[in-house]
Amino acid sequence: MAYSDKVRGIYEAQLQGIRDAGIFKQERYIHSPQAADIEVEFPAGAALKKVINMCANNYLGLSSHPDVVRAAHEGLDARGYGMSSVRFICGTQDIHRELEHRVTEFLGTEDTLLFPSCMDANSGVFEAILTKDDVMISDRLVHASLVDGIRLCSAMHDTYKHSDMAHLESKLQLHADKRLKVVITDGVFSMDGDAAKLDECVALCEKHDAMLLVDESHASGFIGKTGRGTHERCGVMGRIDVITTTFGKALGGASGGCVSGRRELVEMCRQKARPYLFSNTIAPVVVAGVLKVMEILSGSTERRDKLEANSAYWRKGLTEAGFVLREGDTPIVPVMLFNAKLAQDFSKALYDEGVYAMGFFFPVVPQGQARIRTQLSAGHEIHHLDKALDAFAKVGKKYDILGKTKQEIIEKYGM
Amino acid sequence: MDDLKDVVLKYVTEEYLEADSDPLTFETPLISGGIVDSFSMVSLKRFLENRYNIQIPDDKATPEAFDSVNRIADLVREFVKA
Repeated sequence: MAYSDKVRGIYEAQLQGIRDAGIFKQERYIHSPQAADIEVEFPAGAALKKVINMCANNYLGLSSHPDVVRAAHEGLDARGYGMSSVRFICGTQDIHRELEHRVTEFLGTEDTLLFPSCMDANSGVFEAILTKDDVMISDRLVHASLVDGIRLCSAMHDTYKHSDMAHLESKLQLHADKRLKVVITDGVFSMDGDAAKLDECVALCEKHDAMLLVDESHASGFIGKTGRGTHERCGVMGRIDVITTTFGKALGGASGGCVSGRRELVEMCRQKARPYLFSNTIAPVVVAGVLKVMEILSGSTERRDKLEANSAYWRKGLTEAGFVLREGDTPIVPVMLFNAKLAQDFSKALYDEGVYAMGFFFPVVPQGQARIRTQLSAGHEIHHLDKALDAFAKVGKKYDILGKTKQEIIEKYGM
Repeated sequence: MDDLKDVVLKYVTEEYLEADSDPLTFETPLISGGIVDSFSMVSLKRFLENRYNIQIPDDKATPEAFDSVNRIADLVREFVKA
């Protein structure tokens, strides 16, 4: 038999090990559109519960915006449901090209190529533009999708300590003999919520003749004065060689991603990137929705301004309550718990108090760095945040971690 | 070459450890212990090649050969002699 009892037993033992460690992930079923308030079935079969969502990438509150939904409906009527094709065969509509132009303009680059997701963009870009004679130098905390893309590429790979510009420069010097060098970083780091020092990265890359690739998935739409991203925040628009970003977070939350940057690099992706060549094109309904999102963002900074205010309010509230937070000023606010089981239990207790926020632990974050990652949205109102802060304080008191240092929490719960 | 193990230990400590990490010994498992991931071996390999003017073939630069300061020192000695 192809799947023998012996083989089944091997996997059952591994899964039981995950359960025994208290870190078995269980999905929660949401019975409503994505929003600040959602209705959830958890555990499976339980009655629906209305909770405040503090863990969506719905930064601008556009995931269920009526104008976006209406535009998606219009896109379905005008351009159909699916293309049944990859881009280069017969999967490119006029609206795909229009979206690429809009994104190019928004990000301040030379050209853009859509991908089915930013995971696909990151998987495909390095192999498309580099060879074994080149080197990729990545921040040690880049997103898993960049790690996967790096693994698929034959160029040499090295790393630098997180956001350590002196260490980055030492690596650029170490690899000076390589044909091409690419420095790779997130713009905003997804687990810690801190922003890259892109002005310093750009200066080093220009000094050492290296290209710079930035994944802006947790920045596009809301970081920087007009939401263009981390490069706008750091005053280096027009000087990033490749930006990858997603439409599955702030920019509508459906799916899709892109590579945007120097014309030749984007064209190399169009010619050679495997996810572009072999994976289905973004559905017209999604493209239509994202076009509406781009129109909304180009007209006003109201949403990103509200998000910024919400983030500051939330951070202040958690700090005053006595939680250990990762420092930063973005809408990603990790509440540090360090112990994986504590993070799981804390998340369940928050849910009982009407707040939906998930525990993150190894391998998603390093061992001993478990946390509840909270994320703000322009869709949150102050009453959501106040209720959520009360819930956090209540659960924090239950687990006796308020006002405790990192060392004290680790002594109590272990790593 | 007398200080080879000290040089390697210093490099690995500065390259891979955070300020509050436990200090390394010559026998601490580096890769199997999760201190150095196999991707990060490349800068260690380049450092050794530059410092000791040697070439370490890729098939010798294995996770096993880089798994402790002692093993790395053995590898370097092999190619310095050659």
